[in-house]
Amino acid sequence: MTWRTASVVRLRDETTTARTLALEVHDWPGHVAGQHVDVRLTAADGYSAVRSYSIASAPSADGLIEITVERLPDGEVSPYLTQQVTVGDELELRGPIGGWFVWRPEQVGPIQLVAGGSGIVPLMAMIRSHVSVDSTVPFRLLYSVREPGAIFYRDELRALSNRGASLVVTYAYTRVTPKGWPRPAGRIDRELIANRTWPSTHQPSSYVCGPTSFVEHAADLLIATGHDRDRIRTERFGATGERK
Amino acid sequence: MAIISRGFSGRRSGADAKLPPGQYLTTDFPVLSAGPTPNIALDRWEFTIDDGRNVLKRWDWKSIRDLPTDTIAVDLHCVTRWSKLGTSWEGVSLDALLAGLRTDLPYAMFRSYGDYTTNVPLKDVVNGQAWIAFKYDGRDLEPEHGGPARLLVPHLYLWKSAKWVKGMRLMPQDNPGFWENLGYHIYGDPWREQRYSEE
Repeated sequence: MTWRTASVVRLRDETTTARTLALEVHDWPGHVAGQHVDVRLTAADGYSAVRSYSIASAPSADGLIEITVERLPDGEVSPYLTQQVTVGDELELRGPIGGWFVWRPEQVGPIQLVAGGSGIVPLMAMIRSHVSVDSTVPFRLLYSVREPGAIFYRDELRALSNRGASLVVTYAYTRVTPKGWPRPAGRIDRELIANRTWPSTHQPSSYVCGPTSFVEHAADLLIATGHDRDRIRTERFGATGERK
Repeated sequence: MAIISRGFSGRRSGADAKLPPGQYLTTDFPVLSAGPTPNIALDRWEFTIDDGRNVLKRWDWKSIRDLPTDTIAVDLHCVTRWSKLGTSWEGVSLDALLAGLRTDLPYAMFRSYGDYTTNVPLKDVVNGQAWIAFKYDGRDLEPEHGGPARLLVPHLYLWKSAKWVKGMRLMPQDNPGFWENLGYHIYGDPWREQRYSEE
């Protein structure tokens, strides 16, 4: 797999700690929603570091991709990508990588997305892919965040969920809720899964992405509410995984 | 020629000499799996070795735990680029499980509860190179790390060390397993950076 040159064409802050980088990739072969790329940074003396980041954008033919990077306090690569990179900089990138945690437009049946924190990124690529092909497959997203300010893609998700029934978004807050929010802050639970996600009788395909403890918990809840474990795909990252 | 990232210096450590190319050190133990963690009852657990036609050997939990175990101190290298040095495991060696079994079949497919599979040449799991591990850091292996029992083949990338392992099939040729069918390398040597099938 070859390293390609990617130019930073746009930067957008998603939260106080997360930034989206739009990259124009030389000879980009295209991707499927849910895949990731390796990004390589090289210092002046030749030392280099590589990390994997999920692609946030829908597949498109224009050679542009977006990644959203959450800054980790002790990260090696994420602080550079979220604080130092400027428009016009070039990076090295290879991919796309991964063929399991993906959504393809030809898949049939309802889709349940479950995101914990920055685990939203590959799921957002699926949502955007769904929009870009005008898919009629109904999507539901359960998105667990620490607090309202930690939501990525907030305006876009609001606009998409207002367009009709093809995307239904439910937020869950673990630490701080918006004023007057009906559900107290806390991790997702069986009641929320039972009331706000596809019933298992609809046989949805589920994609769960987030930190390990979140993914373990969410997948267990889906199974406990009758979901077939063979229809649940997971992507996890540890505290230092930098796999977004 | 690599592109230099202005202002990037990176974080280097003295231990880098022990790391395969492109890996970085971590001290915690990240988890990567393709699906939910299976719940495996010990009274129904088994491990079998077969040749595609016949089951050649079979153990239940009690009989495999009655076998002598090794204490294993090894470095782990995950294809997602973290490495963890000096981890401590306890398990029964594949040498002990394969003892007395004569075969000309040079490859093995390991399979797991939850239907994961991964392929490893037989020569890579003999001579003290692979174990069925039951304990990590002195404690029973947690389900999210592959408990009650996982394969441990530490000289290959960690996806080869199948969690929740339940069997081993001997094969005449090297067929790809789960990740190997999805673009990951058929062999997976971290020191040769064999991450993806194209390299």
